[in-house]
Amino acid sequence: SGALDFSATDYTIADPQTPYPAVTGYNNFYEFGIGKDDPARYASALTTNPWSIEIEGHAARTGRFALEDVVDFSTLEERIYRLRCVEAWSMVIPWVGVPLSRVLAAFQPTSDARYVQFETHLDRDEMRGTRFPVLDWPYVEGLRMDEAMNELAFLAVGLYGEVLPNQNGAPVRLVVPWKYGYKSIKSISKIRFVSEQPETSWNRSAPREYGFYSNVNPNRAHPRWSQSSERVIGGNVFARRDTEMFNGYAEQVAHMYAGMDLIENH
Amino acid sequence: MARNALLRTFSRHLLKPLAFWLLALPVLWLGWQWGMLLNGQAHGLGFNPIETTHRFLGDTAIRILLVSLAITPIRDLTRWGPIMMVRRRIGLAAFWYALLHVLAYLGLDLFIEAGTASGALAALWRDVTDRIYITLGMSAFILLLPLAITSFKCCQRWLGARRWQGLHRLVYPLAILAVLHHGFMVKGFQLAPWIHGGILSALLAYRLVGMKARKRPHPSTNAA
Repeated sequence: SGALDFSATDYTIADPQTPYPAVTGYNNFYEFGIGKDDPARYASALTTNPWSIEIEGHAARTGRFALEDVVDFSTLEERIYRLRCVEAWSMVIPWVGVPLSRVLAAFQPTSDARYVQFETHLDRDEMRGTRFPVLDWPYVEGLRMDEAMNELAFLAVGLYGEVLPNQNGAPVRLVVPWKYGYKSIKSISKIRFVSEQPETSWNRSAPREYGFYSNVNPNRAHPRWSQSSERVIGGNVFARRDTEMFNGYAEQVAHMYAGMDLIENH
Repeated sequence: MARNALLRTFSRHLLKPLAFWLLALPVLWLGWQWGMLLNGQAHGLGFNPIETTHRFLGDTAIRILLVSLAITPIRDLTRWGPIMMVRRRIGLAAFWYALLHVLAYLGLDLFIEAGTASGALAALWRDVTDRIYITLGMSAFILLLPLAITSFKCCQRWLGARRWQGLHRLVYPLAILAVLHHGFMVKGFQLAPWIHGGILSALLAYRLVGMKARKRPHPSTNAA
């Protein structure tokens, strides 16, 4: 941990923030185990410093870059977003980081770059959960280029004003608040500009359940969880709230899906 | 012998109460944790206590069910007859935990979400028809109901030993359904349902082998 310098933004919501112990103690990060408290228990084994990210594919600048050359730590900002997990619970988290669009633009993607794929670091020694094939490791996720360049897409390096704890995806993770939580890939070690829609881990595991887009959608019942409402973590144990289309971010993102059938393209 | 006398005393006076308290321990722990939570004190239910409750009750029900199926093989292997006295009690405990599991799902999930009893029942029906793991789990629970109801002495007499035993063979398919319910509920490839499934397979295999052995004519009746 360690305090970060950052500036405030207008990206905020009125609901109370989820207490720090819940944000950092209740995590889905299967690379460290399938229990919700496994990441908090075991993620400290991960070496996050030094950290480098490989940039591959259709871009003018590619290669291996130190984290400090990917994320400009002098321009950090805070954004308070709601995180909606597909398991029908949500949190409100003050992230610290930089807009994803600024990071991607610096690598000068070419016109062939129609999608971006992200990959989580994989180290069987430090990430004990990967010794067991819960998913086909390494974890991969992806966005359409316009989604990646959307103003809301964010790369976080901290939360609650401090360096990101390992269980939350240190040292750098994606935050796409209008999509279910598993799209917000953690501990990113590769970014690939590609021309075809990339594979994603959960889609590969259960395509009927997890689509490529995975936009929060209360109108599409997931085969496991009705998505019409969600449990609020960290507050009153019985508290629920109605789930909003695009997790409440329709104003900023709905235009990207104009004319698309969002049940079919889930 | 002193050792045998001790075992007899244990079997006669301690086995049943010991089984009762061991079987009650999980629900006592759960109640205690909920008491602390509702009192605003530190508790062991984590940051999603309702989810923890569902998992805890479901796991406990399946594990106790597996224990109840292990009693006969244990008796056969150890030749310790009195253990059969607690089999019914263990089977019933599996039912109570399954019932609590279903009630928690109805009350803490469906009712809180819908706000009305009729809304909760409509949601239940939607879940049973739409979600395969709930279809499986609810089928297991429905099959468990007649076994729990007929586990009383009077029902055993009323049904007659043969029919009662036939009815109670439902425990095998319902155990399979319960383990499948767990397997279809978890995300990705997880070990726990496979462990339960492995133990269940071993217990079922033991009975199949036993059935074949009984069907084979006894050597003495074969004498020409």
